[in-house]
Amino acid sequence: MPWDRNQMAARAAQELKDGMYVNLGIGIPTLVANYVGDKDITLQSENGMLGMGPFPFEGEEDPDVINAGKQTITELNRTAYFDSATSFGMIRGGKIAAAILGAMEVSENGDLANWMIPGKLIKGMGGAMDLVAGVGRVIVVMDHTNKAGESKVLRECTLPLTGKGVVDRIITNLGVLDVVPGGLRIVECAEGVTEDELRAATEATIVS
Amino acid sequence: MKKVYATAAEALDGLLQDGMFIAAGGFGLCGIPELLIAAIRDAGTKDLTVASNNCGVDDFGLGILLQTRQIRKMISSYVGENAEFMRQYLSGELELEFNPQGTLAERMRAGGCGIPGFYTKTGVGTVIAEGKEHKEFGGQTYILEHGIVADLSIVKAWKADDTGNLVFRKTARNFNPPAAMCGRVCVAEVEEIVPRGSLDPDLIHLPGIYVHRIVQGQHEKRIEQRTVRKREDA
Repeated sequence: MPWDRNQMAARAAQELKDGMYVNLGIGIPTLVANYVGDKDITLQSENGMLGMGPFPFEGEEDPDVINAGKQTITELNRTAYFDSATSFGMIRGGKIAAAILGAMEVSENGDLANWMIPGKLIKGMGGAMDLVAGVGRVIVVMDHTNKAGESKVLRECTLPLTGKGVVDRIITNLGVLDVVPGGLRIVECAEGVTEDELRAATEATIVS
Repeated sequence: MKKVYATAAEALDGLLQDGMFIAAGGFGLCGIPELLIAAIRDAGTKDLTVASNNCGVDDFGLGILLQTRQIRKMISSYVGENAEFMRQYLSGELELEFNPQGTLAERMRAGGCGIPGFYTKTGVGTVIAEGKEHKEFGGQTYILEHGIVADLSIVKAWKADDTGNLVFRKTARNFNPPAAMCGRVCVAEVEEIVPRGSLDPDLIHLPGIYVHRIVQGQHEKRIEQRTVRKREDA
């Protein structure tokens, strides 16, 4: 059985170490916060907050406290607020240890595409280009294939890039792959998924 | 010099011109200068170029200036959640320049700080880098981005004193300080104007030197995505 969304998030949470400052993208990456356990992790929200707390209780929403997905959230006793230029200063300056992001496509040399589909979806890159260019480690969490069953782990991305050669590790419903010289290296397969199944679902070059 | 004005319309009096370049603070609908945007709509100023991270939603924030066709060009990082924006862009009525969010914030900050350009790794190898100067520093490639200087900045703060010292609240700070800094003239709308001396000088977020006019008013502060947890989840 491939991993479900929560199992992928739980696997991604294993990448985080005590003391890390981390930025989580929208979608499955947001769920990673549920699996950090006792680790001392500080979540950054690029609209200007370090120390992001959970959603508020009903009736306690504050329009002045939102995350980068524009959702209402809460602060913690460690929270700090700052402006957008300062926020991206810490991102561009390499102070954020890791970003966990979703993706439409990833290539074997670590190219990432997650911001637009020409002619179909034009929303903008938001902070994704800054994050992948600046943070210490970029971890992509996504389904291994699209709805048509085609691999999203490719030799080359077909969509406009968010960053070139920026991805370090890919976590999908089928397993975990690292970007290494010459292609991707299988780190582990999801429980019940064989290495052959993982290879068959991957268009990118896999090096042993 | 008097900085406090009674209404948003009065605070903008004499500053608006067709074809002008405006920088606006806010992120999504959080910390947006909603009163000044409404006053610009009422003034009918058109052919605007607006630098703002987002363009509001269809019926709130900068989205209302799209409905009235007052905006000619947007400089933004994210324009989802706005159907009218997409329609005008795809039909060619609206020009759009995508900037990565951090690049946009830094362009505003730099413009306000007298820095005409800066090099960044953000966007290297993507469409954002096309046509821009590339330069190597320490074996890494960077692209040149230009500082923004706007004709007018419109921002929203929590509190001000009558000299224009501003204090923002929580994540409503976002783009407001860099947007304020990059304007030749900056108008700030605030929830409360407090007596001079009542703000702690050590806790001013944006010194009044950047702020030329201030107006106090009632804010709707609309929430874009209301997300909550149930008490029993705690």
